[in-house]
Amino acid sequence: MGFVELKNIDLSYDGSKYILKDLNLTIEKGELVSLLGPSGCGKTTTLRIIAGLINPNSGSFIVDGENLTNVPVHKRNFGMVFQSYALFPHMTVFDNVAFGLKNRKMDKNTIKEKVGRILEVTDLSQFAGRFPKQMSGGQRQRVALARALVVEPKLLLLDEPLSNLDAKLRISMRTEIKRIQQKLGITTVFVTHDQEECFSISDKVAVMNNGDIEQYDTPENIYKYPSTEFVARFIGFDNFFNVEKANYHNYKDIFGHQFVIDYEDSRTQAVATIRPDDIQVVPEDSNMNSIKGIVDVRTFLGDSYQYEIKTELGKINVNHKSEKPYQQGDAVYLLMPSNKIILV
Amino acid sequence: MRKKNIWLTLMASIVFIFLIIPLFIVVVTAFGESPSIQFPIKGFSLQWFGEVFKTKSFMRGMKTSLFISIWATVASIIIGVPAAYALARGTVKRRALLKNVFLSPTFVPGIVIGFALFQFLTIKLQMKIITSLFLGHFLISLPYIIRVVGSSLEHFDFSIEEAAWTLGCTKTKSFVKVVLPNISSGIFASFMLAFINSFNNIPVSMFLSGPGVQTLPIALMNHIEYNYDPTVSAMSVMLMLCTILLMWVIEKTLGLATIA
Ligand SMILES: Nc1ncnc2c1ncn2[C@@H]1O[C@H](COP(=O)(O)OP(=O)(O)OP(=O)(O)O)[C@@H](O)[C@H]1O
Ligand SMILES: [Mg+2]
Repeated sequence: MGFVELKNIDLSYDGSKYILKDLNLTIEKGELVSLLGPSGCGKTTTLRIIAGLINPNSGSFIVDGENLTNVPVHKRNFGMVFQSYALFPHMTVFDNVAFGLKNRKMDKNTIKEKVGRILEVTDLSQFAGRFPKQMSGGQRQRVALARALVVEPKLLLLDEPLSNLDAKLRISMRTEIKRIQQKLGITTVFVTHDQEECFSISDKVAVMNNGDIEQYDTPENIYKYPSTEFVARFIGFDNFFNVEKANYHNYKDIFGHQFVIDYEDSRTQAVATIRPDDIQVVPEDSNMNSIKGIVDVRTFLGDSYQYEIKTELGKINVNHKSEKPYQQGDAVYLLMPSNKIILV
Repeated sequence: MRKKNIWLTLMASIVFIFLIIPLFIVVVTAFGESPSIQFPIKGFSLQWFGEVFKTKSFMRGMKTSLFISIWATVASIIIGVPAAYALARGTVKRRALLKNVFLSPTFVPGIVIGFALFQFLTIKLQMKIITSLFLGHFLISLPYIIRVVGSSLEHFDFSIEEAAWTLGCTKTKSFVKVVLPNISSGIFASFMLAFINSFNNIPVSMFLSGPGVQTLPIALMNHIEYNYDPTVSAMSVMLMLCTILLMWVIEKTLGLATIA
């Protein structure tokens, strides 16, 4: 039994269309788990159910063995960082951060001490007397984080906390979040639709699609072994084609091309896929793992070219670095290394 | 382009003159010496301002008006602010319909409201004059509160309220601690506006006033009917000054444009 458990959660806002269907998720103590998925897949909805801001139609939510399904939001003791930060505009940074402690009726000195400490951790000490509108986006984001952390919540919930920041700040802030999260050992759920951001800080990732978790695993495993076509596409796989098992690691496509695929799989029919970066363009045919094609479209990506290549299997996308780019109409051979093809 | 501007300026000036001249005349007549209203005035005197305070019906009317307007406005704040919040929060079904119901007194002519209330409160329910005046003024104040507070809630980020909940605040407590402070200028402006409107109201008060209990504007009207003296002008000047003062306060706190 995990520290946090979502069991058979169903949710519908209007009573007819289900946004979440039989959702299950288990989180271990101290882990940082991300919910990753395209817009509208139900990430925020899931997070809000955890927070207690919405009640699921059915299912249960358990933390540390305690059933919290019907416990109202203000009694859950979770910290939440909203996408808009949701700082209190009429309070100083100090009062924003102290808000949760005051609700817990702590005495003044304890509050002062705790707020002081968390402002130090989040590098905000010199801003204690400022109002939110006098702060930059990155600073506000840290205030929101400090406000959520100071109450020593059982769970930290973050809804796309970095989406309002520019690219450079996002990277430094996500490292910051990870650092603080690890230092305090706080169990965290992080919502994002940015794959890189998510992989860089998560212990585990739940890839969501249409109200369902398609895969729940470590970032490394998801990156290397996506379990469904949706997950594969979402993390950058392209070029899907059907294959049939001949024997052991040998597969054939419908045209009889032979492929050796290292991936362990017991199915006789499967869909093979490979990233555009992993395909090699070679001038000559080799009898295994290669397929003939004609360059159709070329686009410049900066450090490489992307080619759309017409083959018997349909259009195949390839990223290729070369001094001398291929021209439209050139005949090429595509080599797909056996350790780069996966089956979904 | 140029030409259009000249026309516009001209039209605006004409409208302005038509609005201002009568007021100007009223102001001037308050300072005349003659015991009946004259324009232009002969001589200069402040005696009519003193007379205002000696006129019993004015003083009683002033007291009634202040009492009615303050309490009616306070009551409509107490009802209107939570109502505006519920409407803006979107947790209520039939939002559009409810909103129209709340705002309807602004669309219906004052005479109609006055007459309806007279029929219902005074004739049917036999209410005391002061009670029916209070209810009538409460009714005409409510839409102002809902409209103005509603418009300041439109820019309100409700996620700060949710943030307060997650930090251990109950819904009531976070409404007081987080929502109210951020719409306080809207509430203040709506109070002022509703108060001025209630204080100046004639049609509703006219139907609901009765022997011995009348609001100031009604007292003024009755006074003019029998005495055509500059006391009324002097009273008007003082009321104008008060209104200007209140408007100035609103302008300073919120800006008139946001509530118009
Ligand atoms: N209050 C609501 N009432 C009705 N439907 C809603 C409500 N909130 C969200 N939805 C619907 O639920 C679905 C999931 O929304 P949700 O906000 O959870 O998506 P998300 O994964 O967080 O997307 P994004 O990345 O765009 O934030 C969407 O189809 C959305 O239209
Ligand atoms: Mg979302």
